[in-house]
Amino acid sequence: MEITQDLVRYLEALGRIELSPEEEVKTQKDLADILGYIDKLGELDTAGVEPLSHAAGRTNITREDVVINGDMQEQVLSNAPETKDGTILVPRTFD
Amino acid sequence: MKDYEMVIGLEVHCELQTATKIFCGCSTKFGGAPNTHVCEVCSGMPGTLPTLNKKVVEFAVKAGLALNCDITRKNKFDRKNYFYPDLPKAYQISQLYFPICRNGHVDVKTSEGMKSIGIHEIHMEEDAGKLVHDPVTGMTMVDFNRCGVPLLEIVSEPDFRSAEEVIAYLTKLRDTMQYLGVSDCKMQEGSMRADVNLSVRPVGQKEFGTRTEMKNIASFKAIERAIEYERDRQIDLIEEGGTVVQETRRWDDEKEYTYAMRSKENAQDYKYFPDPDLMPLEISEEYIENIRANLPEFADAKRERYVSQFGLPEYDAEIITGATTLVDVFETATEMTDQPKDVSNWIMTDLLKLCKDNHVAAEDMEFDGKKLGAIINLVNEGKVNRKTGRQVLEKCFTEDIDPAEYIEKNGLAQVSDTSAIEPVIKQVLDENPKPVSEFLAGSEKNFQFLVGQSMRALRGKADPQAVRTVLTKLLDEMR
Ligand SMILES: [Zn+2]
Repeated sequence: MEITQDLVRYLEALGRIELSPEEEVKTQKDLADILGYIDKLGELDTAGVEPLSHAAGRTNITREDVVINGDMQEQVLSNAPETKDGTILVPRTFD
Repeated sequence: MKDYEMVIGLEVHCELQTATKIFCGCSTKFGGAPNTHVCEVCSGMPGTLPTLNKKVVEFAVKAGLALNCDITRKNKFDRKNYFYPDLPKAYQISQLYFPICRNGHVDVKTSEGMKSIGIHEIHMEEDAGKLVHDPVTGMTMVDFNRCGVPLLEIVSEPDFRSAEEVIAYLTKLRDTMQYLGVSDCKMQEGSMRADVNLSVRPVGQKEFGTRTEMKNIASFKAIERAIEYERDRQIDLIEEGGTVVQETRRWDDEKEYTYAMRSKENAQDYKYFPDPDLMPLEISEEYIENIRANLPEFADAKRERYVSQFGLPEYDAEIITGATTLVDVFETATEMTDQPKDVSNWIMTDLLKLCKDNHVAAEDMEFDGKKLGAIINLVNEGKVNRKTGRQVLEKCFTEDIDPAEYIEKNGLAQVSDTSAIEPVIKQVLDENPKPVSEFLAGSEKNFQFLVGQSMRALRGKADPQAVRTVLTKLLDEMR
């Protein structure tokens, strides 16, 4: 897959971020390098190898349905740039 | 104008009735102060890890089996990426590649007979937070309490051809979830939400038309109206030579029309990929069979049994099995009294009236069937008459009282001891010489009047049969 400048801008739109022209160039190169590395892996012969669903090799890690967390509002809000009445204030998202 | 038919598919989200969220130990309780049921996991703090709630799997398998699905033995979770402030991780954990249930079906009753609706898949996922516009600051207020609450998304095949079929299916789905105890499915409270995919095509055409999606419509009534509106809109558009655009539209319930959402909100490119934070989930045959063996009896089977085993009228059985709260009351009281028809009558005439008078929907009613059972037993044993029983039921409906105790404390017990009522009736006869003499002269209808006077004098507590017996005896003595 070719990483074009258009693709970088499309990803910016999806991620709701804006890159400077220099960052766009750098990102385009980085993404191409990453995909190039993945393509390299694709050259390996995997015929007859069963697909792995997870690298950790563990399954069924679950917990009981028991409430263990109390009210942590203060800590949760402590990272927010702005708050009001217990909520986090963010730029307007409605029409 | 050509004849058109609608093709509809549904995506229904049901909020699961677990105690905790799907990936952390935060409470799912409704209505807490903002961000008080939130931790580092469900607020998406970097470096935190989700752990799957066992109960969510159990509920998903239950729902899948009840809807005749195949259960996926090897499950995975995937990330659905999108950037919106209601989603702190910027992705929703869902299941794209290996949903837990597939290939099911639901049989629904319509005016044209039974129809089978296919279930394409059911997957487990997490809910998002709540956004509220703040007019004071002009900003958006974010509350993550709902964020991470477990959901089942039930995706149907495009098998619906009418609004009636859609409503029948949603009703059946809701009943099934409620009978299973996995979701209360209350549309008004948002614990059941439906997205409607709708297209039209000329009758006889094989290919589907272009569909639109209507999101989060909040009641059965609104769904019905939205479907009818959108069908007419699409047909008019095609008849005028236009084309339907594939888009997401919102239903405005007040103005009764659908409108397209902004194109930006329409951008759907979620770049799904497997979530590396969650280990695969393997479900054993034994686990599935154990759940299958313990599935409850559902509404249709119950309704048929109530008619065949207990001899309830079809209509009564339909009403009672329409709400799990009524089923609980019916079965508990029947167990106690062994009088199913009596119990059904009390539910149909008295309990439902009380619901109505107190503005409580039958499905929201909090009433212990043991109380109705106790009251019916007291009436059938002649301890109180039907009228007093009704008063006690009324009291029990709004207050937590014990029927027998309440009757005792308020002296409501019926007097059936003839020696206790005889003096009172004697006095009634003394006070009503004219009706008495008319009766003795042959006017039978005065007997009923004297019964009424006696009941009143006994303040309704007497067994009417005992009153009649004593009255007959005393009048005979006067002949
Ligand atoms: Zn949490």
